[in-house]
Amino acid sequence: MPDTPAIAVTHLVKSYAGVAAVSDISFTVARGEILGFLGPNGAGKSTTMRILTGYLPATSGNVNICGISVASHPDEVKRRIGYMPENNPLPEDMRVSEYLYFRGRLKEIQRRKLGPRIDEVLELCDLKRVRHKIIGKLSKGFRQRVGIAESILAEPPVIIMDEPTIGLDPHQILIVRDLIASLRGRMTVIISSHILPEIEMTCDRVLIINQGRVVAQGTPTDLRREILGHSTYQLELAGDLAALPPLLATVEPTLRLTAQSETDAAGFHSLTLTTERADELGEPLLRTLTAGGYRLRSLSRAHPTLEDVFLAATRRSWDVKSEDIRKS
Amino acid sequence: MKHFFTLLSHEIRMLLVSPSTYVATMLFLLFMGFIFTGILENYSKTAQEVSPANVFFQFFWFPVLFMVPLLTMKCLAEERRLGTIETLLTTPVTTTEVVLGKYAAAYLLYVTLWAATGGFFYILYKFVGDAHFIDAGPLVGGYLFVAVSGLFFIALGVLASSLTRNQAVAAVLGFVLLVAVIGGTNYLANSAWLDRDALRPMKDTVEYVRILAHRDDFTRGVIDTRQLLFYLSGTVLALIFSILGVEAKLLHS
Repeated sequence: MPDTPAIAVTHLVKSYAGVAAVSDISFTVARGEILGFLGPNGAGKSTTMRILTGYLPATSGNVNICGISVASHPDEVKRRIGYMPENNPLPEDMRVSEYLYFRGRLKEIQRRKLGPRIDEVLELCDLKRVRHKIIGKLSKGFRQRVGIAESILAEPPVIIMDEPTIGLDPHQILIVRDLIASLRGRMTVIISSHILPEIEMTCDRVLIINQGRVVAQGTPTDLRREILGHSTYQLELAGDLAALPPLLATVEPTLRLTAQSETDAAGFHSLTLTTERADELGEPLLRTLTAGGYRLRSLSRAHPTLEDVFLAATRRSWDVKSEDIRKS
Repeated sequence: MKHFFTLLSHEIRMLLVSPSTYVATMLFLLFMGFIFTGILENYSKTAQEVSPANVFFQFFWFPVLFMVPLLTMKCLAEERRLGTIETLLTTPVTTTEVVLGKYAAAYLLYVTLWAATGGFFYILYKFVGDAHFIDAGPLVGGYLFVAVSGLFFIALGVLASSLTRNQAVAAVLGFVLLVAVIGGTNYLANSAWLDRDALRPMKDTVEYVRILAHRDDFTRGVIDTRQLLFYLSGTVLALIFSILGVEAKLLHS
């Protein structure tokens, strides 16, 4: 059944003592896709992930992993996932290779295949040097990679990682990113993270949740267009600013001047223009402005980061929520 | 039960590499050695009616009260505190297997500790060179009692550990449970107010579960299946509650 989605979540609700941590989340993840899971603290990311792994039962709703229901066949599902929890708990007094061996046996890897497979993941995660070290004495970066090695050990079709890059230095983040990217196509990966550029670089699709609801989902590019709804240009020019708005309207009716700075020593202003048009306006803008007698020093299109999208999306959901409260 | 032996061998391995196991073993043997030499000193002073083994096992409750909580406090509380229970239970392992694996490892260590005290009797036998002091009946009965009652005591310790994430709380809880089971039944059985006719059935029940009386029976060579059943059913019940304890904590975590 290659066409069933790797993960299908429908109307998932989880409440703790009457307080909804996750309320009515639905999404699907295709096989081989890497999904980034974003949300502010307490948004329900970890809860959702725990429900996906079958560790926590859901209050209502349905979760299918590879077409198997988590609630009715938890054992089958657990054979198909690799899970790395938040804060990556590891036993303190085991050696790295011992730990991987133990986990491999629990995950029902045949003894014969386990040795070579452990060597393979140690190599992949760059852990060869510390394979005989005691986990409790490893640095944070190594511990994190032991957790990642453990989650990919049994080559499960679905991998769920809760903040895998937390506490790593930039070099290690790069390794982890390459590692996750190398899984693309073979395994379905869900990662949650606070480091947004991280998600943007590795993930095919992003899901932003806030206060237990999905507030946005799609590829990072789609999200930018959908959530922010405008593109921004930044330019530095000298000339009469009063005549600028009518000139801008001839390029594109929705183009507006939204911010301007004081004149600097050379007589130049830094300006910020926004437009609802998504396609590139740089060239007509440049031509019109120079034809209009303005002296232009720089022109660039601002690339909103995922951070902007994230902030806009979560803010928007808070606004919606407070409106609900006001109405009721 | 596919993963039971994987978990058990893992637990035993962890016990073997942990220094605390050896410290606990040494302290236990030191303490039991003191008791044993104390008994022998008494024998050297005056003639006694019962064999040294009989007296030795009368003190069984003392190490039980302290050793069992120490051996079991770590098993589930530590997993929960570190959060490794989460990684453990997201593999194809059931809660039952986890609890039984931990229980079996703790029980094996407990039995091994007691078996080591067999050395005292061996030394005595070699030293005295006379089988007169070594009364095989109470000796075998005593060890059998320790092995059977240990099933229940360790299960109680595991239960205490399953209810909390704090090892100290688990130890205190285990200690209290054991005091209630060993001391409490003895106290009730000896208290006068149960002697009334109306309370006769209650008195019988208390007498039936009195652990110190079981010990006397075992060392006298009387092995009562009712007593075996008491320990076995107690063990099963405590383990079921431990499993439920772990799962209930997940539901409400």
